[in-house]
Amino acid sequence: MPEQLIWGMEVFLNGLMAGVLYALVALGFVLIFKASGIFNYAQGVMALFAALTLVGIMEGQVPFSHLINAIFGTEVHHFGWHVPALLAILLTMVVMVAMAWIVNQLIFRHLVNQEPIILFMATIGLAYFLEGFGDMMWGSDIKKLDVGLPQGLNPFIDEVTYNIFGYGFFIDNLDVVATLVAAILVIVLVIFAQYSKQGRAMRAVADDHQAALSVGISLNFIWVMVWSLAGFVALVAGIMWGTKSGVQFSLSLIALKALPVLMLGGFTSIPGAIVGGLIIGVGEKVFEFAIGAPYLGGATEIWFAYVLALIFLVFRPQGLFGEKIIERV
Amino acid sequence: MFYREAGDFKTSYTEDNQTFPIKFDRYRYYAVLVFAFAVVPFVINDYWVNAVFLPFLIYAIAAIGLNILVGYCGQVSLGTGGFMAVGAYAVYKLMTSFPDVSMFIHVILAGVITAGVGVLFGLPSLRIKGFYLAVATLAAQFFLVWLFNRVPWFYNYSASGQISAPERTVLGVPITGAETAPWAAYLFCLVFVTVCAIIARNLTRGMAGRKWMAIRDMDIAAEIIGVNPLKAKLTAFAVSSFFVGISGALFFSVYLGAVEVGEVFGINKSFLVLFMVIIGGLGSIFGSFAGAAFLVLLPVLLKNTLVGGLGWPTDLAAHLEFIIVGALIIIFLIAEPHGLAQLWRVTKEKLRLWPFPH
Repeated sequence: MPEQLIWGMEVFLNGLMAGVLYALVALGFVLIFKASGIFNYAQGVMALFAALTLVGIMEGQVPFSHLINAIFGTEVHHFGWHVPALLAILLTMVVMVAMAWIVNQLIFRHLVNQEPIILFMATIGLAYFLEGFGDMMWGSDIKKLDVGLPQGLNPFIDEVTYNIFGYGFFIDNLDVVATLVAAILVIVLVIFAQYSKQGRAMRAVADDHQAALSVGISLNFIWVMVWSLAGFVALVAGIMWGTKSGVQFSLSLIALKALPVLMLGGFTSIPGAIVGGLIIGVGEKVFEFAIGAPYLGGATEIWFAYVLALIFLVFRPQGLFGEKIIERV
Repeated sequence: MFYREAGDFKTSYTEDNQTFPIKFDRYRYYAVLVFAFAVVPFVINDYWVNAVFLPFLIYAIAAIGLNILVGYCGQVSLGTGGFMAVGAYAVYKLMTSFPDVSMFIHVILAGVITAGVGVLFGLPSLRIKGFYLAVATLAAQFFLVWLFNRVPWFYNYSASGQISAPERTVLGVPITGAETAPWAAYLFCLVFVTVCAIIARNLTRGMAGRKWMAIRDMDIAAEIIGVNPLKAKLTAFAVSSFFVGISGALFFSVYLGAVEVGEVFGINKSFLVLFMVIIGGLGSIFGSFAGAAFLVLLPVLLKNTLVGGLGWPTDLAAHLEFIIVGALIIIFLIAEPHGLAQLWRVTKEKLRLWPFPH
């Protein structure tokens, strides 16, 4: 088998793994969009915020230490304890649920019945706020996140592929774990939405707010729940991306990458988010490998996803799995 | 009391349809123009021009441009930074290729080139709507910045990959480069702002503007009453990009002088201009000015009070700025979705009735 093809296959596999991570972020978007019609631009910043909080709790950082030091002239940095990863994750989840409640109470309750584009802009405002707030709370330096996930070359895949092709594929253990986690998360979410009482209530709210209200579903509860779920997904995504490339500002940019994923898959479809993520992940890696790096000077990954989504949307405006758009005057 | 239209008689349709129908407003407008053109250039110094006036004027043009697209035509764009980059690189190529031509012509040509690019990226708006379109414009943002970063022809094969403005003059006075006097740069931008604002005002209240607003309010209904959506949307994209291109050209050549494209015209610039439009007021020319002034002044004020006054570190002030801007966006969207312009309108209405509100 020619070398180029084998390398291409390796790139393809790595693209699949990256795509799973995109899909993970996109999932958070779909959840909120389905239940409340809000297109949550802040999803990526929520992931960043969750990862920052997780690191901060694990390391025993004093929140707002920077601010406190600046105002009172003190020198506080750390409490001096280390929290085990699992407990820290639980605590972070509590923070994310609290955040979901606050966001719902202070912002989106007041914006009910506004146009979708206004809601979208409100989430951009939220993203800015959270970004500044997270940095102010935990400091803006790049942090290392280690919750004990395996990292580095996966020897099993390396060996198997070596035996077949005579060339060992480099697949990161972390990507394998991320793929598994994402797959489990998706299955759990689908089961939750399909069969649990709260999940059904969520879908009812997504269908029609007023009808859901009239059969006794509490909109507020559902919205807080959905935002908490999105916070949970953000936390998982934050852990994966944070372990992969450090907790830093660029983490919030993955949300931007999730946007073309959503457009490709359709805003309302959970399977769409997965398939879209895989297409984008594979597409941009293969494009960079086959065309971008040799002919276009590289770094095509920055725009490939958007241009692909743009071209795709011209032919199918509702995305792959989206509901058909019907417009009436 | 001191602000009303009693006794202000109109005897022709032209008078009735003017931009400032109330005499007091009209005189205030003339006063502001005279002050800006005849007083400010003599009293400003380098700090005021570079920290406040130039960014305000240049962002005001960009905000007017984006307001035409978002506020009047309802097509949300997140590609402003990319289009500003087109203007900047267009003016750079023109400046270096035709050194003898006046800067006025270069800047206008840069606007025209940007308008062309804008129309190209506006084409999908005919099929894609709402925030699908918003995300599609991100393609323009990332692709254009990547293009200017990667194709050496755009930055004249310079080793650093940066572009820097050579010295060019208007009527013998240097406008770009290190030798520029503060008042010259200020006046140059002021001329563009004034002309752009007048053009935008008259476009938006004429036939073109009404078509845009019909498309914004409901595009299918607009189509049924005879508005051609193809023409309306593409003209909105063209006019908007023209203004944004001019502002990008000025931003690079007059204000910064040297530009690294990913840093200056990144996605954050797109959001900044969008925030100006939201805070200022969607669908209002005055709002574009108000929003630009607000978001230019806010960091300067914060920096002066926190860093200069209280001795805080700069990064803390920067974080606080993020928090405040984010919170303000949300507060404005909840409390006053029409922004500062609406507050101003309400104040004027109150002033006209004061002190007898009934």
